[in-house]
Amino acid sequence: MGYEISLLTIMGISIIGSLSLNLITGFCGQVSLGHVAFVGIGAYTASLLTKADTPFFVALLAGMLLAGTFGVMVGLASLRVRHDFLAITTMGVNFVFLGVVRQQEWLGGELGVSSIPDPGFGKSGFLALVLGCVILVALLSLQIRRSWMGYVFEAISGDEDTARMLGLDVSRYKLIAFALGTALAGLSGGLYAHHVRFIYPDSFAFVESITLLAMVVIGGNGSIWGVILASALLSVLPQWFQFIGDYKLLLYGSLLFAVMRFSPGGLAGLAQSLFPNSQKTFAPKENQ
Amino acid sequence: MSLLDIRNISVRFGGVHALEQVSLNLCQGEILGLIGPNGAGKTTMLRVITGVVKANNGEVNLDGELLNTMPIHIRVNKGLGFAQQLVSPFREMTLAENVALAAGAKHTCYPWRSMFRVERREAMRESRKWLAKVGIEDAANSFPNSVPLGFLKRMEVARVLAMHPRMLLLDEPLAGLNQVEATAFADILVELNRQGQTILLIEHNLAEVRRICTRLVVLDNGRKLAEGSPDDVLKESSVLEAYIGQGNIHAEN
Repeated sequence: MGYEISLLTIMGISIIGSLSLNLITGFCGQVSLGHVAFVGIGAYTASLLTKADTPFFVALLAGMLLAGTFGVMVGLASLRVRHDFLAITTMGVNFVFLGVVRQQEWLGGELGVSSIPDPGFGKSGFLALVLGCVILVALLSLQIRRSWMGYVFEAISGDEDTARMLGLDVSRYKLIAFALGTALAGLSGGLYAHHVRFIYPDSFAFVESITLLAMVVIGGNGSIWGVILASALLSVLPQWFQFIGDYKLLLYGSLLFAVMRFSPGGLAGLAQSLFPNSQKTFAPKENQ
Repeated sequence: MSLLDIRNISVRFGGVHALEQVSLNLCQGEILGLIGPNGAGKTTMLRVITGVVKANNGEVNLDGELLNTMPIHIRVNKGLGFAQQLVSPFREMTLAENVALAAGAKHTCYPWRSMFRVERREAMRESRKWLAKVGIEDAANSFPNSVPLGFLKRMEVARVLAMHPRMLLLDEPLAGLNQVEATAFADILVELNRQGQTILLIEHNLAEVRRICTRLVVLDNGRKLAEGSPDDVLKESSVLEAYIGQGNIHAEN
């Protein structure tokens, strides 16, 4: 039973991470190839704080705030660069993060942070907390999607120059997407650190950013339910089948290629083409 | 007093002088035609007004307020409604949704608050009203990829009108339309103007320009060549020369 609880917890944390990236990339159209850096900022912040006897929820919140703050700083870069250049910039953020944590002794260096305190909820209690967070993040995503903010995000994603010509403050909307998305990534990092109770730089390597991106693209860029489904599947497959873990990059790369080639709307796009009358809210962008 | 007052605008792209000391004004309620041959600097002038291009010198004033340092979205919110030369609809939205986004400015002007505002029915109602005004209400639920260019041009004007602009800045709205469509579209502009809408129009269709504009400004090679009533301006030899060349004028004579 303990194994299944652990599996579900990892699944929930992955869903929070991919939904957070979906806010930036799926909703607002800003490519981010270094999203796991913000998961890492949340994880390091929360774990170092709880090790310094800070209450768990305060540490979790601090991780979100710091990740969100760094997210806004990266978002400022997104105001100056677009598309491929933004992808390269965000990729660089991931490498800078890794470079910093590997070199800093107070962050544990290559050995990372171990003996992270148990939040004290028990395995089932922690799972309930994670699932509660998943529901809250999914509801927040739904609310953004159906609100005027989601409407503007869709416009920015489609053509930000035209969005500006409609009097929309594109810069602020983009910064909000980065702030929200990276703060939620920080939340998933804090939860991850207190679930595994040991983190080290490779936990937040570039391949993990690609994994998160694969979850979003395979689920359907911008689709909430598609991304949840893809995250659930892609997070547990490597746990169930060891060989998938060994060939993770190859598998995810192939899946990304297949999705781009055969179903650009991902799983959600596939569902949309099978059930064309399903609600727009659940559809990926390509099929709206 | 002029609604839009442009003074001594100069724009250089590297060594190329796109605009040199050009001044013009636009009064409330008029349709001003900004014409000239290709490369005259018309679109650059419109981009200077909206803030897409920064002028090296000169001032852009809207109702006495200097716009030079304002970003694009602020200028738009001050009352400049700009429809671009190349249509740029949001292709994942229906025509009605495209216009409703512009009609919902009161919901989108405060980004954080926009997260808590969901109601779109009022904006959609207004969107249909504007689509009806430009004669394409029947295509409200169509996506941009499934309607002809003329519909998209009209949708762009409806989208700009939905923001209740103090003036319309239209960059070649008739380009790509056949003569029937162009005349129908020009009639819509006349009707909007009759209802009080101020319009600055860049256009190559001189027959329609002559028919609907109350005044013309002619640019050539970044300089102002002529200004006045359409009939007078289009007879000026310097204007004819700029459009069809000196040799051709002699040939026609």
